[in-house]
Amino acid sequence: MQAPTKAETIRRKWPSVPVRSRLQLLKHNRYWKHRYLTILLLPCIIYFFVFHYFPLYGVQIAFKDYKFLAGINGSEWVGLENFRKLFAMESFNNAFRNTLIISFYKFVFGFPAPILFAILLNEIRLVFMRRFIQSISYFPHFLSWVILAGVFTQFLSPSTGPLNLLLKEIGLDAVYFLGNPEWFRSVLVATDIWKDLGWSAIIYLAAMAGINPELYEVAKVDGANRFQRIRNITLPGIAPVVTIMLILSIGKIIQDDFDQVMNLYNPAVYGVGDVLSTYTYRTGIESIQYSFATAVGLFKNVISLIAVLIANWIAKKVSDSSLW
Amino acid sequence: MKSIRKLRIHPGGLLFDTVNMGMMLLLCITTLYPFLYLLTMSLSPSDVSFTTIKIWPEKFTWANYQMVFEHKYIRSGFVNAVIRTVLGTLITLVVTVSAAYVLAKPYFPHRKFWTQLIVLTMFFSGGLIPTYLMIKGLNLMNTVWALVLPSMVSAFQLIVTRNFLQSLPAELEESAKIDGANDIYILWKIVIPLSMPILVTLGLWNIVFHWNQWFDSMLYMTRPENEVLQVVMRRIVLDGEMDMLSTAVPEMQRQVNTETLKAATIMFTTIPIILIYPFVQKYFIKGMLVGAVKG
Repeated sequence: MQAPTKAETIRRKWPSVPVRSRLQLLKHNRYWKHRYLTILLLPCIIYFFVFHYFPLYGVQIAFKDYKFLAGINGSEWVGLENFRKLFAMESFNNAFRNTLIISFYKFVFGFPAPILFAILLNEIRLVFMRRFIQSISYFPHFLSWVILAGVFTQFLSPSTGPLNLLLKEIGLDAVYFLGNPEWFRSVLVATDIWKDLGWSAIIYLAAMAGINPELYEVAKVDGANRFQRIRNITLPGIAPVVTIMLILSIGKIIQDDFDQVMNLYNPAVYGVGDVLSTYTYRTGIESIQYSFATAVGLFKNVISLIAVLIANWIAKKVSDSSLW
Repeated sequence: MKSIRKLRIHPGGLLFDTVNMGMMLLLCITTLYPFLYLLTMSLSPSDVSFTTIKIWPEKFTWANYQMVFEHKYIRSGFVNAVIRTVLGTLITLVVTVSAAYVLAKPYFPHRKFWTQLIVLTMFFSGGLIPTYLMIKGLNLMNTVWALVLPSMVSAFQLIVTRNFLQSLPAELEESAKIDGANDIYILWKIVIPLSMPILVTLGLWNIVFHWNQWFDSMLYMTRPENEVLQVVMRRIVLDGEMDMLSTAVPEMQRQVNTETLKAATIMFTTIPIILIYPFVQKYFIKGMLVGAVKG
């Protein structure tokens, strides 16, 4: 049987298109019609394929025994061996536990802090003072943890750091905050709040700005005092935003702050401070156990993905306004 | 969106106001004092001891900063950081705005699909090792592209930009189109001049991002002269590789106080952020609220 000609194939596939040449067909293609737009979009799509979708292909080494010379494809499949090894490893379980504990503390103390700050800041009457305080409060947000870790190692130094000098002044013993396992998690939580307090408060302040000022006026006329006004006007006014932020924080349950821990910790506090991302880094990059580290990363990413999806799903149910 | 609500002074609650103001000022001090302390340290001569709390240097010197400026790797680190920041921000702006412009066009084929494809990437990542192996495989190690390309487009920024472009009136573009202008010309001549607010916001986001980024440089740069400033600083301050500092100026080695030098190094890395802070404040906040409210 004779193979169909090209023209025939085209006619069969697109019967409505009169066939004269390939160019003719191309002209009916919508991407060709908007070819300048296609050119504009192309770099972006290539980027997402190369740097976001393609690395997913490399995730398979979590189920392989990766050998550098053999490459991703040539390395041998080992099934769930890496994961079995992982869960048997005390250092992994330690990092997993720390991740959850630190996230939990950060949530318990770090979630209400910016709300409280926003409420108090909102009560400052002088507009320029309010702006001034706010401007200062979110300054640390813009600095990297490398800088901040440098700042804190100096500031918390047991011998010359001002905080310890202050402690000595009032008759207490100096504490090596960054090297003492009893203190290290508190340092992580405190510095995390310190860095992002002002920044996280922005969204609550914006919500408060949306509250009708007449409500406050009426309450004042009715003789409501400051705390009553905060309780009955401000809090209900920001409640929807608080709810959304609360739900979205579920998504962060296993997300650790790699930059923070990586720059603040040291071998003396691995027991309480090592988290999954720093553990991945040490096993993968420093000890060159690529397959093992990829398995750790995959474990974390899967839990993280599930948590984020659950958070989004609940947020959608609650408010009809999901992330997107 | 202005977060300023009109409040009128009224009698009563004076105690609350005083306590509240006191707490807020204490908070400001807590935020700023660590930096003030480092500034004091960095401006102090090496023989000043730091065993009492200081607010301002007793003796004043630029010597620490001079040594920092003369340091070989701090210099190269600064240059590398500037290069990656400028190059990275420019490429990000061009690619993000181009793509956002296309995705804002309702008639672009499969627009929904392409948008979803991009948004989806916010929910997963290949992880550290696969990305690392890929950069290695693409032979990007020790090149500036390893710092610029992996973070070229952020899905979040892309969506925020698209939302902005969608809010522009379509009439202007339509008349240009009737005159026969193509899309790239329209984007460049008509849309970009109208999009300055979002461009500045995007620019600042990426400048701050690139300046603060350190981990990619630590991973992908294997030679010290290729490292960015943050990594050089990290090695000096956190890993205590003081030989990096002391060998730089051998004749001053005797009188080197490592702590004051570290402080000067940290301040030197912080100063660029302080310089753009006034602009950052104005545009970041707007951008953050746009992202949070509209998505």
